[in-house]
Amino acid sequence: MASEDGKDHRLARISSSIRVIPDFPKPGIMFQDITTLLLDHKAFRDTIDIFVERYREKNISVVAGIEARGFIFGPPIALAIGAKFVPMRKPKKLPGEVISEEYALEYGTDKMEMHVGAVQPGDRALVIDDLIATGGTLCAAVRLLERVGADVVECACVIELPELKGREKLGHRPVFVLVKG
Amino acid sequence: MSACKDREQDPRIEGIASSIRVVPNFPKPGIMFQDITTLLLDPKAFKNTVDLFVERYTGKDITVVAGIEARGFIFGPPIALAIGAKFIPLRKPRKLPGEVISEEYVLEYGTDCLQMHIGAVHPGDRALVVDDLIATGGTLCAAIKLLERAGAEVVECACVIELPELKGRERLNGKPLYILVESR
Repeated sequence: MASEDGKDHRLARISSSIRVIPDFPKPGIMFQDITTLLLDHKAFRDTIDIFVERYREKNISVVAGIEARGFIFGPPIALAIGAKFVPMRKPKKLPGEVISEEYALEYGTDKMEMHVGAVQPGDRALVIDDLIATGGTLCAAVRLLERVGADVVECACVIELPELKGREKLGHRPVFVLVKG
Repeated sequence: MSACKDREQDPRIEGIASSIRVVPNFPKPGIMFQDITTLLLDPKAFKNTVDLFVERYTGKDITVVAGIEARGFIFGPPIALAIGAKFIPLRKPRKLPGEVISEEYVLEYGTDCLQMHIGAVHPGDRALVVDDLIATGGTLCAAIKLLERAGAEVVECACVIELPELKGRERLNGKPLYILVESR
């Protein structure tokens, strides 16, 4: 967790900038809305800075961002640390050759795709999304990267919903988050 | 207005243009798809792309950068962060939680809809609209309308790529367009 590094002053503002919307997308779900964080320039800036400070000396060569909110946080981090940015997308969005990984939803399955050739064996990768819930989407992203020979160094999210045990789904792999919901 | 047409083309443009991959017959036969994912794999080209926009908009009192889902989410936030503006995602229907306003726009067959959060933008906000590419201008036009309905002044639209033959520039409610690369 980020607070162990003594960054409490930034985290309080980041945490309070996140808006909770009840019953979205369906009754009973308390949706963690990061769009209000994006409206607070200092909170957004601090969010990126905390990730960049953590990863800049770690020789990360790839930042993989999960569609769509991972596209908001991933690129600023990639730019700051000099890494490639690779979008991980829903089916049929990426043109050209892709590899796919299916993953389970509450009801049914979905698929995540990555471009063939975007990532090479030996690439050191970070996976970014706004939030980790069950870990299903992150797990699919990690599998895609590992299938092409990348070393997934860590998964990084702004928010974790610990009760959904996403960390367990990711096995031994490290997960870094700023805020627990 | 475009960085590629300025009398002395910025030296960074060539690297940006050559990093973009064209994929034929995607999403359907006859379309030459301008794929910016290869630009994102080139950290120097990606940094130069963002820098060109940031240099243009720094000091222009832009308070809002609105990015169009999904590739506008890649280019918009780095610009917003660098110039000190809010970032606002403009999304397909039913993605944004809470109260939204919607703007319908025409597709080749049928219509689609773009949504923005109520309260994200205020009267007096000076806005930039960002997307990876302008084709017919339909999506950008819907974005401009959403921002203006909320009382913002749309200062400019900014895209990496323009497909000039599709005349999107003419469909922006008179708003100026700034691009880096033209694709014919």
